[in-house]
Amino acid sequence: MFGLNRNDTLLLIVVALLTMLAPFLLNPFPEGSSLAQFNGGYPDLMQRFVIFGIFAIGFNILFGLTGYLSFGHAAFLGVGSYAAIWMMKLLTMNVVPAIIISVIVAGLFSLVVGYICLRRSGIYFSILTLAFAQMSYALAYSVLTPITGGETGLQPKLSDPRILDAAIGSGVTPRANFFGIEMGTSWQWDWNGWVFTFNAGYYLAAVIMLVAFYLSIRIFRSPFGMMLRAIKTNQNRLNYTGVNSKPYTLAAFVISGMYAGLAGGLLVAMDTQVGPERMFWTASGEVVLMTILGGVGTLIGPVLGAGLIKYMENILSKINEGLLQKWFAFMPETAGDAVVTVLGLFTGKGWHLTLGLLFMIVVIFLPGGLVEGGKRLFGIGRRKKKAPPAASPPPTTTPAE
Amino acid sequence: MTGSNKTIGRRGLLKGGAALGAAGLAAPTFFTHSARAEMHSGYLNAPTGKSVTLGFNVPQSGPYADEGADELRAYKLAVEHLNGGGDGGMMNTFSSKALTGNGILGKKVEYVTGDTQTKSDAARASAKSMIEKDGAVMITGGSSSGVAVAVQALCQETGIMFMAGLTHSNDTTGKDRKANGFRHFFNSYMSGAALAPVLANAYGKDRKAYHLTADYNWGYTTEEAVTQATEGMGWETVNTVKTPLTQTDFSSYIAPVLQSGADVLVLNHYGGNMVNSLTNAVQFGLRDKQVNGKNFEIVVPLYSRLMAKGAGANVKGIFGSTNWHWSLQDEGSKAFVKSFGTKYGFPPSQAAHTTYVQTLLYADACERAGTFNPCGVVEALEGFFFSGLGNGPTIYRKEDHQCFKDVLVVKGKENPESEFDLLEVVEVTPMSKVWYSPDHPQMGGADATLGTCNTGA
Repeated sequence: MFGLNRNDTLLLIVVALLTMLAPFLLNPFPEGSSLAQFNGGYPDLMQRFVIFGIFAIGFNILFGLTGYLSFGHAAFLGVGSYAAIWMMKLLTMNVVPAIIISVIVAGLFSLVVGYICLRRSGIYFSILTLAFAQMSYALAYSVLTPITGGETGLQPKLSDPRILDAAIGSGVTPRANFFGIEMGTSWQWDWNGWVFTFNAGYYLAAVIMLVAFYLSIRIFRSPFGMMLRAIKTNQNRLNYTGVNSKPYTLAAFVISGMYAGLAGGLLVAMDTQVGPERMFWTASGEVVLMTILGGVGTLIGPVLGAGLIKYMENILSKINEGLLQKWFAFMPETAGDAVVTVLGLFTGKGWHLTLGLLFMIVVIFLPGGLVEGGKRLFGIGRRKKKAPPAASPPPTTTPAE
Repeated sequence: MTGSNKTIGRRGLLKGGAALGAAGLAAPTFFTHSARAEMHSGYLNAPTGKSVTLGFNVPQSGPYADEGADELRAYKLAVEHLNGGGDGGMMNTFSSKALTGNGILGKKVEYVTGDTQTKSDAARASAKSMIEKDGAVMITGGSSSGVAVAVQALCQETGIMFMAGLTHSNDTTGKDRKANGFRHFFNSYMSGAALAPVLANAYGKDRKAYHLTADYNWGYTTEEAVTQATEGMGWETVNTVKTPLTQTDFSSYIAPVLQSGADVLVLNHYGGNMVNSLTNAVQFGLRDKQVNGKNFEIVVPLYSRLMAKGAGANVKGIFGSTNWHWSLQDEGSKAFVKSFGTKYGFPPSQAAHTTYVQTLLYADACERAGTFNPCGVVEALEGFFFSGLGNGPTIYRKEDHQCFKDVLVVKGKENPESEFDLLEVVEVTPMSKVWYSPDHPQMGGADATLGTCNTGA
């Protein structure tokens, strides 16, 4: 189906089901129960799951296929965001032009950055991209304040021109919409104590993510993708056989930059605000973590990694001491206090610590990321029946000759 | 857009249709809601149970984590007092007597916390999860103006009240003012207006000032406010230099100061920036120098106790302004310092004070309005005149939702008696001296409007 083989079609269908049913899957606990704290099915977080999924999918096209580790991808996300918000301020609050322009601008910017950075490979490439991203951040933070709004960032204002939109009533905040459907529109279904929220913005972002995911599968399976893998495996050999690898790496770089721009544009579409922090180097590092955590070079891995990190950032970080004390109130006081003190290190503001530990465990024991973990789990079940199925083709090397 | 397309609050009262759709199972909840439906419906996150949820969005990591931790302490104290616990703190000295220690409108106050990380994006994500997931009806907190402006805009958009924490930039209630947002803390303009006369008195009217300014929005508005106010006193501004926010060593910025012929250095820095730049300036011996036949002086427009602590002995004799200081002797401040000190063992910072006061003001406005509906609360707060909360008589101005009150001009204490006793109040500049018109050019001019209050329904 869609020019995919059976396994890939299955994967696409599974991902489609997961994203469409996310409001149910992410809200497994009834409202008001003590476990409701762990529900992740509210619009903002669901939007972040798919948007950062797109970001990570795009990053994986560069890092997973060519092995070029960019440490500056947040710059493209940021540039896309600024482009999108300016579209909203100048043209219309409809998200379509904003998203399109964010992809184009991020693509052009990544073409420039890629052209320069790809003159080097390995660590030098990483450092060059990092330098570009930090430069963009510094520019956005202060030098370009008239364009970027500096530290405060940009938001749609009542006084913006918005030449395509009809005038809105005085005092009404302009809201991002998709041909009239506001991104913030939610419909709630109360069922037997469970509350499921269906959000218009989420479904728009989810559909775009499915398209992005489909494109990434096609790229992975195409001759172009094969060439990128060849670059990762042995670029020297490729060069010796007379193939110029630069256009391929540049193309991969620009494609992944456009994915990042798309993610940036979507972030603005869902929440109409841009700040320079989203270009900071930690944001660039985050997408590297997402990809490695999920599984470098796998199709679904980056999406899983993005989901896991965003879940921890938003759910784990909100478990404060008061909550812990409530949970462990059944214990004798001293024991309860001890447990709360220890767990308090890993929750609330300590969620970075948990993330760090998890990252170490994954890198040491599951170098293939969560995807490898999943495969091993399924492998145990299947091994009894027959020989373990060949894991998804390891980065295959085609003899160049 | 029709009304039905707007966001429906997570814990909002069930719309009739939704209740029917959920069939018999939802019916029991429907009945429990109907009792006080008129008071608690028609706006986002209307509390339906026995409790109401407030969202405390403070920096728990990043450069302002200290302030954030102190804000959170104050919030917990305020919640305790609102629910009738502790000694009641400033509720006893507050001029409005609507609060009785029985929660807000009879509902027990509960809270959720989040980490802004001092980043607009993270702050908005955290605020959104409070609104969408936890059903918070008011968001408060923050320790930087970028975050305050970003979260205030979000609250305006979704229809939630925003009570700003520590934010000093003019923009929060200037060009970025919003109908659903209120600020108790003072601002750059007030700092400039309060400081200038004191400086002119102490250092004379023919001074030459050199500004080092943190290179972001707060720095710009503070520099603008201080230069305009001091130039009004007859001072001359020799030069203004922007320094990167991430700078930790300011020696290369300090060296040119002496060559410039300036005799006053103004440090428009906050937090760690100020600690480092002041330390560098003092180490360079600027304060022992004589320029133009006058002693060289240093000024820090915005002071906090936590900063003074970081800079240590270097702050001695240096002028600055602050929103509140724990050594104030009015009844409100004494009551607050006592209950904060009893609970935590040390005096509160100005960040703690402003967030505690904001929580009380919000709760009081809800009581007086008889609803949590943002439009009702906004109406109750606009033009609200009160006293007994540590700053003397204070008014929430209707036009821009900025509190106007006396401003404290402080000086680093020469002989501190304890590690908290670092600043002394040298002058209390009366409210009338720091008053400005809502369309002041520094506040966004005539273009700045509040918009209309948004209930999110």
